[in-house]
Amino acid sequence: MQPFVLSRPKTLAEAAELASASPQDSALRAGGIDLIDRMKEGLEAPARLVELRWLGEADREVLRALGPGDERVQIGALVTLAQLAAHEGFGEAHAALREAAGSAATPTIRNAATLGGNLLQRPRCWYFRHADLVCLKKGGTACLAVAGENKFHAILGGGPSFIVHPSTLACALTALDAQVEIRGPSPRTLPIAELFVTPKQDSKREHALQPGEVLVRAILPKPGPEQRSGYAAVKEKQSHDWPLAEAAVRMSLRSGAMTDVRVALGHVAPIPWRSREAEAVLEGKPPSEALFAEAAKAALGGAKPLRDNAYKIPLAQGLLREVLHRVAGVPLPE
Amino acid sequence: MSDRAGITRRGLFRGIGTAGLLAGCKPSERPPTTTEEHGDAAGPGAGEAALGPGPAPLAFTLNGEAKTVEVAPHVTLLAALREQLRFTGTKVVCDRGACGACTVLIDGVARNSCMTLAHDVAGAAVTTVEGLAPGGKLSVLQQAFIRHDALQCGFCTSGMLMSCQGLLERTRGQKLGREDVEAAIAGNLCRCGTYPNVVAAVLDAAGGSA
Repeated sequence: MQPFVLSRPKTLAEAAELASASPQDSALRAGGIDLIDRMKEGLEAPARLVELRWLGEADREVLRALGPGDERVQIGALVTLAQLAAHEGFGEAHAALREAAGSAATPTIRNAATLGGNLLQRPRCWYFRHADLVCLKKGGTACLAVAGENKFHAILGGGPSFIVHPSTLACALTALDAQVEIRGPSPRTLPIAELFVTPKQDSKREHALQPGEVLVRAILPKPGPEQRSGYAAVKEKQSHDWPLAEAAVRMSLRSGAMTDVRVALGHVAPIPWRSREAEAVLEGKPPSEALFAEAAKAALGGAKPLRDNAYKIPLAQGLLREVLHRVAGVPLPE
Repeated sequence: MSDRAGITRRGLFRGIGTAGLLAGCKPSERPPTTTEEHGDAAGPGAGEAALGPGPAPLAFTLNGEAKTVEVAPHVTLLAALREQLRFTGTKVVCDRGACGACTVLIDGVARNSCMTLAHDVAGAAVTTVEGLAPGGKLSVLQQAFIRHDALQCGFCTSGMLMSCQGLLERTRGQKLGREDVEAAIAGNLCRCGTYPNVVAAVLDAAGGSA
């Protein structure tokens, strides 16, 4: 790593101000897991790191809050994945988030990695992560995955970049209809879908935050009385690994029918992938094995695999069916 | 063997001198520090503190003992422990948070010291594997590792011990199951595959220690 100045501002406003320089000049640091990784790999060398963990008490409390606040769940940007995974306040309604947080990375990484850092981490694509390669995201002319090794890349929503979004929490938060609160020159609260940027919008970035903006928390809407949710991922290794595919589902079960259905897939697209096609198949209907199979088929209907990743289509379909069965309480077929 | 008593591999390396060993490989391991911005000198704002980019003082507790070192902000806790404080029980393997060999306890919580900056532990209590055996007396956990043959090549062992120690400390008095131990060591890669013996050792230590 290159030497840098470590700044420890006392207020969020000061932190935002210090981080308003270009990314070469400064970077905000929460848990710092992905940031330090990128700096060690020589992808970035900011002259200043601006610490969020050393803010004064008032601002630190906002960033560390976890729990109900006027009936919505607020999750501060500095809440760790370990805290999320162990949070007893998450019942069936928010199980997807607890399960996602508990499955990411490793227990020791989860003790340091934060909600904010997890949402804003950069892609794990091996071409992007190689300091000597100039891919589309780094100012090159082409996504190197298109003609290269693309086993782990996007099958949905790809082009011109084919990364998959690396955040596990993003998949669960998309299914849970979360919002994110941004502070900075123009404070705003966004639906989580608007936090993420597709490669067609801007192939060089994955999120909409500008320099000087700080993601301070995620907010989950007040759950309906019958809300339940779930998340699952498939990985090559059970621990120490990024998913090959993820599925998160939210629904309410009332009088035998599924309502307010949300379906999100992860690690199949450059953004957390909400499947309105699958939602349309499920909404208002009683849960059944046949319906789940139809929804899974619909979710992957638009998939366009690259040379090495067609396996992700049946994988994601199977995973989505499994989560639907579990969340709706329909026994899995033999 | 009696004629080797008192000689360790690391002691031998230190005796020869690391500089001598490296002389043929690299001209200089570390560039001289050119900037002398210490303490609050580097910040443009009024209220914030800023450290670096040169060495800045860091005070923390290491294995129960107060330590103060001068360390630059870009130095990881792992590097500071091994290279400055000479606590080499904590191992470097992947240096990217993917293997767990560098696991230490920070205020009782298992963390990857390779992905932690040294200055992150200002005011905190750090426990390394050396802290498990004060005065050279092995802990209950370490003795259980030996009894259950819970190490082969040994490179993951100090990190594995710290993850297990963290588990024992946070579950003191509770009954532990196999799955609790497996979850606790899911961040520690053992290339030799000694996991079942580690699980057995931790369950033994949990049952045996108060």
